[in-house]
Amino acid sequence: MIPASFDYHRPSDMDGVIALLKEHGDDARVLAGGHSLIPMMKLRMAEVPHLIDLQSIESLRGISINGSRVTIGAMVTQHDIINHSELTKVAPIMRETSLQIADPQVRYMGTVGGNVANGDPGNDMPGLMQCLDATLHLVGPDGTREVAARDYYEAAYVTAREEDEVLTAISFDAPSGGYSYEKQKRKIGDYATAAAAVTIQTSGGKVSSASIAMTNLSDVPVWSEAAADALVGTACDADAIKAAVNAMLDDIDPTEDNRGPVAFKRHVAGIILTRAITRAWDRA
Amino acid sequence: MKDLNEDQVARSANLKGMGCSRKRVEDARFTQGKGNYVDDVKLPGMLHGDFVRSPYAHARIKSIDTSKAMAVDGVIAVLTAADLAPLNLHWMPTLAGDKQMVLADGKVLFQGQEVAFVVAKDRFIAADAVELVEVDYEELPVIVNPFEALQSDVVLREDIADQKEGAHGPRKHHNHIFTWEAGEEAATNDVIDNAEVVATETMYYHRTHPCPLETCGSVASMDKVNGKLTVWGTFQAPHVVRTVASLLSGIEEHNIRVISPDIGGGFGNKVGVYPGYVCSIVASIVTGKPVKWIEDRMENLMSTAFARDYWMTGKIAATKDGKITGLHCHVTADHGAFDACADPTKFPAGFMNICTGSYDIPTAYLAVDGVYTNKAPGGVSYRCSFRVTEAVYFIERMIEVLAIELNMDAAELRRINFIKKDQFPYQSALGWEYDSGDYHTAWDKALKAVDYEGLRKEQAERVEAFKRGETRSLMGIGLSFFTEIVGAGPVKNCDILGMGMFDSCEIRIHPTGSAIARLGTISQGQGHATTFAQILASEIGLPADSITIEEGDTDTAPYGLGTYGSRSTPVAGAATALAGRKIRAKAQMIAAYLLEVHDDDLEWDIDRFVVKGAPERFKTMKEIAYAAYNQAIPGVEPGLEAVSYYDPPNMTYPFGAYVCVMDIDVDTGVQTIRRFYALDDCGTRINPMIIEGQVHGGLTEALAVALGQEIAYDDMGNVKTGTLMDFFLPTAWEVPNYETDHTVTPSPHHPIGAKGVGESPHVGGVPCFSNAVNDAFRAFGNRHTHMPHDHWRIWQTANKLGLHG
Ligand SMILES: Cc1cc2nc3c(=O)[nH]c(=O)nc-3n(C[C@H](O)[C@H](O)[C@H](O)COP(=O)(O)OP(=O)(O)OC[C@H]3O[C@@H](n4cnc5c(N)ncnc54)[C@H](O)[C@@H]3O)c2cc1C
Repeated sequence: MIPASFDYHRPSDMDGVIALLKEHGDDARVLAGGHSLIPMMKLRMAEVPHLIDLQSIESLRGISINGSRVTIGAMVTQHDIINHSELTKVAPIMRETSLQIADPQVRYMGTVGGNVANGDPGNDMPGLMQCLDATLHLVGPDGTREVAARDYYEAAYVTAREEDEVLTAISFDAPSGGYSYEKQKRKIGDYATAAAAVTIQTSGGKVSSASIAMTNLSDVPVWSEAAADALVGTACDADAIKAAVNAMLDDIDPTEDNRGPVAFKRHVAGIILTRAITRAWDRA
Repeated sequence: MKDLNEDQVARSANLKGMGCSRKRVEDARFTQGKGNYVDDVKLPGMLHGDFVRSPYAHARIKSIDTSKAMAVDGVIAVLTAADLAPLNLHWMPTLAGDKQMVLADGKVLFQGQEVAFVVAKDRFIAADAVELVEVDYEELPVIVNPFEALQSDVVLREDIADQKEGAHGPRKHHNHIFTWEAGEEAATNDVIDNAEVVATETMYYHRTHPCPLETCGSVASMDKVNGKLTVWGTFQAPHVVRTVASLLSGIEEHNIRVISPDIGGGFGNKVGVYPGYVCSIVASIVTGKPVKWIEDRMENLMSTAFARDYWMTGKIAATKDGKITGLHCHVTADHGAFDACADPTKFPAGFMNICTGSYDIPTAYLAVDGVYTNKAPGGVSYRCSFRVTEAVYFIERMIEVLAIELNMDAAELRRINFIKKDQFPYQSALGWEYDSGDYHTAWDKALKAVDYEGLRKEQAERVEAFKRGETRSLMGIGLSFFTEIVGAGPVKNCDILGMGMFDSCEIRIHPTGSAIARLGTISQGQGHATTFAQILASEIGLPADSITIEEGDTDTAPYGLGTYGSRSTPVAGAATALAGRKIRAKAQMIAAYLLEVHDDDLEWDIDRFVVKGAPERFKTMKEIAYAAYNQAIPGVEPGLEAVSYYDPPNMTYPFGAYVCVMDIDVDTGVQTIRRFYALDDCGTRINPMIIEGQVHGGLTEALAVALGQEIAYDDMGNVKTGTLMDFFLPTAWEVPNYETDHTVTPSPHHPIGAKGVGESPHVGGVPCFSNAVNDAFRAFGNRHTHMPHDHWRIWQTANKLGLHG
């Protein structure tokens, strides 16, 4: 648990970050809260000769809410989200999810950017971002661009982000209606055995639209359009939920690990989604 | 005891002696970051060591090339077995009569095994250089299953392949270590063959690890001018380490000073001698500089003393009414690559023969087969006091299985088989003499406290509701009644490497009425500095706050066998009381002189000697202490000191009754502990608050083990749970509010009647949690499922029973 040696940089603006990324190429990586990257460096699974700390870049902090449009800076921590009352008012699912991430100590440091950008299938924010149809804002040597969260994740730790790009913020339209983030884990501080993000809008006592995404049940987050579609036009009765669960099960691809074998994970995924839908429907 | 008057009550309270919940004196420094652990030892010019470890569980080493590592600026040395061989230090004896490689000698036998030791100017350079040591391995077939090991042609221990005789008798196979037996085999088989009812079950007590907060480490400093070697380390038995170091190195014992500074949790993990200690010592001797070695968490989990790994098959015989008539137990014990248990010499399976538990079982037989596999060595650790945890788990599961067989309530089955109060001292069928106990009283108190009848009624209703489809949650009631055997031990039975398992205390009273006492034990969180001062306060009448307790420095402390197996209070605590009584005896002579009366005219009164019948004439201990140093008393040496070495006449037998109420979500396998009640009887209670703390800690560790904590290997011998991401350490969130309770049955042979409690909650807790899980599914035909009961295994149980529709 002793990292290899590295140079530490702490630029004060984005231009400085981009310049360093350009200069060092593959040898450089940005550091946010460090709660994924530093363990990897200590295990020598990640070798980062140039570490670029984002802590001094004020433009990456801050949560802004413009009508229903929410923009969250990459360096906003999970702790910040939990304590932001305005955000909780417009998009309570952000707080509900953050409270189920890790433990308070980790949440003081762990950032939205690090959680979303990294492409770790265990992270909870990517699935949530897909559920919310969020936009990821990237900046690189060639300027800024936007990528939909639903297009961002390609494989474990492989994303649409180029090596020299930095995530500056995420934004999304706060969903109306019911919501739920439901997660099963082995203990506080553990990644999900299975987790589900669900939003539901209703009209006339029926589901008018819905969105469903699952966490840690594939090498990428799984936004299951078919599962959501199965709910539309129903009153979330048992059959509708069953149909949604079956559709979701077609989309996930869990692997066996210490949390348990595939059959168990698939079963729990179904239970967790059932509970998430039920709760979201009750809140809609 | 006589009723005390107001003045006596005040004086007694002032002492903060036995029975008082005195706050822990250690905590001020621990909670303020002022502890002094091995890693806090920083010496001028100190070098740092780090290990190259084997990525393979079984492989031949074809070559080791250290040249690239040696070329790194700041690297001083890279030691391999070839460097240690001329000193005959490439292997070392284990505490179990086996031997163990210090650095891989020709082959590696488990993943994480020490292959080379890099010594460098700083910790970072050492870690960099480790990466540059090139080892050429040729992989060999891996065996992680002990049953397979006993069938396999693959020879794990080539060094002893031809030895038919091991340290504990004949070896049946080249991967077999020993067979150890207790009791009457033929008679037991006879009882079982002719019994009205027999229940049989095989249970695996999985391999786990105590995972102390502080990992293992040492700092060795060889002073070549004076010929003195000083070693600071995470040692639960510093004196034994000194003796072993002397035997291994040839340095005379008086020239070796071993110091255990503050230790951040031991639980048996820090009893053994590890290659890291040896390498830091050798490196210091070679370089003439202090050398520090501190392992990281993964190294600790992968390579240091594990716990359990016992496959236990039981047969329990009874009459139709539930009176147990016989017990048969066979264990296949997976010891890993080397037998590095820290059992007393004559007990290669520890005190597994306490497995008749709290029950009056007339006939019994136990056989244990120790086996080598490609896993890390170790075996005795984790609050397990010499396999008592395994034994209690075994019998408490067998009782439950028998209850199912008899279609009987498990609490009632226990009650009718308990050893009765008037049967003590009780001779067990497997050879122990239980000193004291009152099981029925404790059991009744526990069942009443939790409203056992009410719980069973609620459980039955829940089952019905489940069957009607109204709930997906089941309820388990876990019961456990345990008897421990602690306080090793009578020197005639118990030794470690020939060292009798006595313990010691040396007291010096200072002229102004304060004192220092030194012991052969060493606290790792048990609060010795607090409780031993309380014992002395009650014995010698000086306030506990005026008594310093010091342990762990072999240059100053009297020889002792250390702290593990809940032995400190039963053995060193007794030595402390007896040394205190020697002080008091001399004090009486001094007081008699000062008061100009005969010794026999005095009586002891809390903190003073009083002339019988003349309470206004007295000398306090404080006054006597002063006199001991400033008055010439005819026939009495100056000073006030005493030493006591205590060889206990018997072990002590703490016991307890635990009940756990658990709710289980059948669909997800998630368990929720609704209630946990723990009644402990550890005899005389020295500090109730510390006992409660020990119980909370031990129960939490028991919860961890029962519900998820394991060292799991894949078929290639890779450790699957080598970090805290997968190795389950519960947080405050997972832990219930424990309810603690007690009865007091003093040990009849212990000077203050105390029995030791540090391990009880673990020993009794594990079966209690496990029984709760198993009990939840009893109504659906479940007999036994193996631990750890994590979510997926509980789910699997439900699934196999057809509860998922
Ligand atoms: C014990 C523990 C338990 C945890 N449990 C959970 C959990 O249950 N659920 C969960 O979701 N998370 C969990 N986490 C992760 C944690 O919550 C953080 O969200 C996570 O570590 C990433 O955030 P960070 O700021 O620490 O990123 P860092 O570790 O600093 O960075 C992670 C990676 O993202 C890259 N990166 C960071 N910021 C940017 C950016 N702005 N642009 C581009 N790339 C960037 C870094 O280069 C690095 O490769 C856990 C962490 C720990 C240590």
